[in-house]
Amino acid sequence: MSREEIFDKVRDVLVEVLAVDEDEVTEQATLTSQLGAESIDFLDIVFRLEQAFEFKIGQGELFPDNVAQDPEYVQDGMVTDKGLATLRERLPHADFATLEADRKIANVGEIFTVDAVVNFVERKLAV
Amino acid sequence: MRWLWIDRVVELVPRERLVAIKNVSLAEDHLHDHFAAQGGRVAMPVMPATLIIEGMAQTAGILVGHAEEFREKVILAKISKVVLTREAVPGFTLRYTATIERMDAMGAATSGRVELIDPNDPASVETIGQIDLMFSHIDQNLAGREFPEHNFVFGESFRTVLRSSGIEF
Repeated sequence: MSREEIFDKVRDVLVEVLAVDEDEVTEQATLTSQLGAESIDFLDIVFRLEQAFEFKIGQGELFPDNVAQDPEYVQDGMVTDKGLATLRERLPHADFATLEADRKIANVGEIFTVDAVVNFVERKLAV
Repeated sequence: MRWLWIDRVVELVPRERLVAIKNVSLAEDHLHDHFAAQGGRVAMPVMPATLIIEGMAQTAGILVGHAEEFREKVILAKISKVVLTREAVPGFTLRYTATIERMDAMGAATSGRVELIDPNDPASVETIGQIDLMFSHIDQNLAGREFPEHNFVFGESFRTVLRSSGIEF
């Protein structure tokens, strides 16, 4: 499946789950701040990607869980070096530019761009 | 005390499907306000769509809760889709069929069909809607927040419905 075909399917999933217009789903759009995703939407996205691409997604594989609660990873509202390294290792598909520029915890959501989801699917299909 | 919006569970296939019915009755107070006569308009009692959604949420919620033997606190987290094409009036029966589309440790997605049974022709069943929902197992979510130990979601009233429907749990 080409990257374009993957993008089209991912866009369809996001349009359905987040009730956004097709043209809002650009590669650089962030799921939370720009497309308005809330926590339950991430589970919805995982479920629908599984249906669309016929693979299984493990818990925490696409989106991390419990990073923010671990004092090793987050201190004083900022992601630590170890936290950033762990996220990078666990989520090689994500986009860390914004979080690296400003480590505040709110920016963790910014690592999930549409592009990151497409990367994830592409890697998953390649295995 | 919880406001129950299903009267009976009529079929349960564990982890797969649950069918429940709700008899719409003029004895229910809210039907007199929804909608009351006003000005030149006569009263028009119809089951509020919001309560049809709640009925489906209870149907699907029991199905999801039953799957893990009611250990998880199952909370309605998202109404993904609702289409209702016809009103349900007193004397008619609503039938909710909820099906689990996907479930894991974090929660579940269900799809639901709403049907209407006419008391004058009980054999004819009309599909009048679709209600798709998402449920969260809240102990597994919400950033590690802690909730009471006892399962406040599935209280005595839900157990009564299951028991009176002859469902073992």
